[in-house]
Amino acid sequence: MQNNIFSKLLFITFQLLGIFILTSLLLHLIPGDPIQVMLGESSSLADQNKLRSQLGLDQPIYIQLWKSFVQILHGDFGYSIINQTPVIDRLLHAIKNTYTLAITALSIAIFFGISAGISAAMYRDTFVDKIIINVSLVFISAPHFFLGPLLIIFFSIWLGWLPVNGMGSSSSIILPALTLALGLLAIIIKMTRNCMIEFLDSDVVRTAKAKGLDKWTIIIHHVFRLVLIPIVTIIGLQFGSLLSGAVITETLFSWDGLGRLLVESIQTRDYPITQACVLVIAISYIGINLLTEVVYGLVDPRVKLK
Amino acid sequence: MNLLAKLIVIFWIFALFFNYLMDVDPNYIEPALILSPPDISNWFGRDDYGRPIFFRLVEGFHNSIEIIFFVTIFTSVIGITLGTLAGYFGGKFDAFISFIINLFMSFPGILLAIAFAAMLPAGKLNLIIALSVGGWVGYARLARGQTLLIKNYDFISAAESMGSSHSWKIMRHILPALRTPLIVEGTYAIAGLIIAEASLSFLGLGIPAPDASWGAMMRDSVSYLLVSPHYSILVGISIMSLVYCINFIGDYHINIGI
Repeated sequence: MQNNIFSKLLFITFQLLGIFILTSLLLHLIPGDPIQVMLGESSSLADQNKLRSQLGLDQPIYIQLWKSFVQILHGDFGYSIINQTPVIDRLLHAIKNTYTLAITALSIAIFFGISAGISAAMYRDTFVDKIIINVSLVFISAPHFFLGPLLIIFFSIWLGWLPVNGMGSSSSIILPALTLALGLLAIIIKMTRNCMIEFLDSDVVRTAKAKGLDKWTIIIHHVFRLVLIPIVTIIGLQFGSLLSGAVITETLFSWDGLGRLLVESIQTRDYPITQACVLVIAISYIGINLLTEVVYGLVDPRVKLK
Repeated sequence: MNLLAKLIVIFWIFALFFNYLMDVDPNYIEPALILSPPDISNWFGRDDYGRPIFFRLVEGFHNSIEIIFFVTIFTSVIGITLGTLAGYFGGKFDAFISFIINLFMSFPGILLAIAFAAMLPAGKLNLIIALSVGGWVGYARLARGQTLLIKNYDFISAAESMGSSHSWKIMRHILPALRTPLIVEGTYAIAGLIIAEASLSFLGLGIPAPDASWGAMMRDSVSYLLVSPHYSILVGISIMSLVYCINFIGDYHINIGI
């Protein structure tokens, strides 16, 4: 067990290091000179050299890597090229907004996904089941950049219930959260339904029925606990697609999060921000994978034995 | 349903030749027809420059397929080669390849593509590179897993007892056995690539304007949701139906085992 944790931590360290080196090297892959981007092409050579040594860009690459590594460990992501403000300020603001959005979407997906999945399994092969399954199949294939406009047309333009975009009112989170949630929702429904149907035929259920337990006690205390295990796995796996879906969704709804910051920084060639965003999204992804494994152990007592 | 799915895919393949057959210019600007809704002469209506949406969709599909074709070739060749060799020889080489695969798997692929597409200048070649960087991992993982399974089968031992060399065993016995799962994996990968390519061009990282691409059309159409919802609905349905059908064909092949 301890050996297992150790090798896991070692792997994560390698991952983080790899991602850090990759994102830093990307900065060096940019065609053209970042100094010229910052000062403009007509700047004098003396000014360019001065800024270059100020930023340490004249030193060998491994020293630059080491320096920025130490800086990032201290929470210093450098300064924005465009307006010279510290990257960390905008980053924290964006992280807060993205996590609000992602957690709202996740809650919607988990709550409705599990309830719809259980309903579909309970009324297997009936009209209700068929509707739920077919609707969820459509949502699985719908990309975020289509679901978003569809929801805007329906809820904002036809019904006029919700704002089209921005972060003006508290109801403006609903549409972006729904856009992110629907794809995940469909996957959770499919998973819950299939697992429920599988477990409803198992020995556990037969024994519980023989003991004379009523239907809902069996579902909640026996079947649902078994179903939770694959659901936790799928949520952990899908969180990454939630984060990358956030890039599209936030751009679409002008939501001030990590994804929009990333796209904006790419368009304005503000590379320190781009690097920081990629790094933060990658770290969140790894963190969630780790968390999934921990939750896995909590939900499934068999995992601890191994 | 399978027939319908195949018909839609066949329709799009034929659509590749539409623009040549009908001799239309998808970039031709017609100011009088800006954002006009669909009718008999303009099947899908016109976009914000008065360009025909249908022929731009066809052109976008053409560009998208060109990119996806090369990405699929690169990623499958690299992935299958590395995966099969790692699974077959095992040992340190396998440990190394598995480590690299795990490293890539723990990173959202689209993010890697966004990072590369952002850093390289816009264009088809760079889009192909950006999508290929993380794309080989799926093939490699599958090829490795299947090779590990197959190499212990009796027919491999039989080939070995007859004095086959490593390369003969891999080329003549293992690779043909990998065909079915790899075709299914490839089907899903292509559906994923269509969305990935559209996502990149939606974010402004795709083929530069005025060349049509599905993602860029989607992005442009969002500004006109209020006045002409047909634009984004038609573009969206085209992307979605194609992805849905490709996924459906993949599922169908799993069920019948090809």
